[in-house]
Amino acid sequence: MSMLQVDNVSRLFGGFKAVDGVSLRLAEREVLGIAGTNGAGKSTLFAAIAGQQPADAGRIAFAGQDITRMPPYRRAHLGLVRTFQIPREFKSLTVHENLMAAAANPQGERLINAFFQTRSLREHEAQLAAKADGILAFLNLARVRDVPAGGLSGGQKKLVELGRVLMLDPRCILLDEPFAGVNPVLIDEICERVRELQGRGIAFIVIEHHLQALKALSHRMIVMDRGRILAEGDPHTVLDDPRVQEAYMGGVV
Amino acid sequence: MIAYLCAIGIVALIYCLLALGLNLQFGLTRLVNFGVVAFFAVGAYTSGLLSLKGLPLPLCFALAGILAGLLALPIGLLSLRLRDDYLAIVTLGFSEAVRITIQQESWLTNGVQGLPGLPKLFAGWGGGVSDVAIFTLLAVIVGLVCWGTVRLTRSPFGRLLKAIGDDEAALSALGKDPARFKVQVFMLGAALAGLAGAFYAHFITFITPEQFIPLITFYVWMGLVMGGSGTVRGAMSGSLLLMVFLEGSRFAKDWVPGVSEVGMASLRLAAVGLALILVTLYRPNGLFGGSSK
Repeated sequence: MSMLQVDNVSRLFGGFKAVDGVSLRLAEREVLGIAGTNGAGKSTLFAAIAGQQPADAGRIAFAGQDITRMPPYRRAHLGLVRTFQIPREFKSLTVHENLMAAAANPQGERLINAFFQTRSLREHEAQLAAKADGILAFLNLARVRDVPAGGLSGGQKKLVELGRVLMLDPRCILLDEPFAGVNPVLIDEICERVRELQGRGIAFIVIEHHLQALKALSHRMIVMDRGRILAEGDPHTVLDDPRVQEAYMGGVV
Repeated sequence: MIAYLCAIGIVALIYCLLALGLNLQFGLTRLVNFGVVAFFAVGAYTSGLLSLKGLPLPLCFALAGILAGLLALPIGLLSLRLRDDYLAIVTLGFSEAVRITIQQESWLTNGVQGLPGLPKLFAGWGGGVSDVAIFTLLAVIVGLVCWGTVRLTRSPFGRLLKAIGDDEAALSALGKDPARFKVQVFMLGAALAGLAGAFYAHFITFITPEQFIPLITFYVWMGLVMGGSGTVRGAMSGSLLLMVFLEGSRFAKDWVPGVSEVGMASLRLAAVGLALILVTLYRPNGLFGGSSK
């Protein structure tokens, strides 16, 4: 059974169809790679799935629920989360606070509880802090725990974004260009972490231009062009497809 | 002399209260509220009118804060749909609408003639003593609000306000609904402005619509921005500094030769404007706002 089901989804900007009738399936524990030229509609597809720019047409279901028109924060509650192409860290918060801001803590975050912290709320907050520290250790970010996130390098910001969504115990993570502007050593590290998380039962969709890394990471791949799916299937087959080579790489791999 | 210093002190603390309210809205959450004076006016008129009906002053003060806070609810809900610059225009327009409504609805507010003869706070204690008492009470309240703000900034609630200020869409992608937090902080800041208005009304004892012009809003902004928005230290020090300057420079006329009374008033404003430009150029986080991000 598919965890995420996208049926015939379109998204318009004025008269321009950024995403044009795209359908896809994502199974549990699957890693799906998406490649395509700039402007192919990859990030817009993410925005439709995660809710920043809801689909104009079509249907999106996650874990058996129709989420086509659901606001982003409720999709996150279902376990569907994303990172952004350009890192969107909370720059005035420290790295640890970035993770804490993402933690589910509806009681502690009430205005009244800013002044009256009961023992159980403090304990819950301490548990979340420990969980955040665990994730920071997992992502090798413990060293910059108390640094304002705005001062980190691009690659570290990508990791902070990954850490933030991990606080939600997600079932599916959408990664938008996790390797862009990241040095090769860190790319290997991110790949390793993604594989580990996938092993723990998290499904991924990864948008990436770095095709070697994407190929190595993905179980299945999709190549998009001008808002549509050009090719789909096994990563090797997809990248060898002449149409893909034509559209995406001008004939050369 | 003590009476005069006390009067300046009271006005300065009223501005501090306004700045602390704006600090929650703008300093932490980046909500651009250009309508601070509207909530100040509503607080002043609410408390003034109720006190003239014979309600006890503590109740009038509480209701002033509550009503100003409630008035922020529709504006807060509206702000969810607006980007910073549009929210600025809407709140500025709203504050003028409030002022003109007060001016026109004379059946309720006595129109342009204003409300004279409001009961003064602690009037029973005699002239000089009552001013000292008002100053002390205000200082205690401002102190409490400072403590509360620090507490709030360090709480999970405050963490989310800062996250909203940094990147609201990213927070919503993380499963938080920024709307609720924005409305709450907008109402909280407005309630503080309403409370400041009640203090103003029952210290000056005579309020008129033209006391509530947008210039008040911009004085509050100047104090906050110059001191350093986002911190209690910045909000307090900037507001106090601005008030000391505005009051102190009244006497500068004696030292600057060849400038008329009217000319001097303009010169003061020019000096404030210049200071604001210099601060934003050389200390973008304010004089006491800490290091640059």
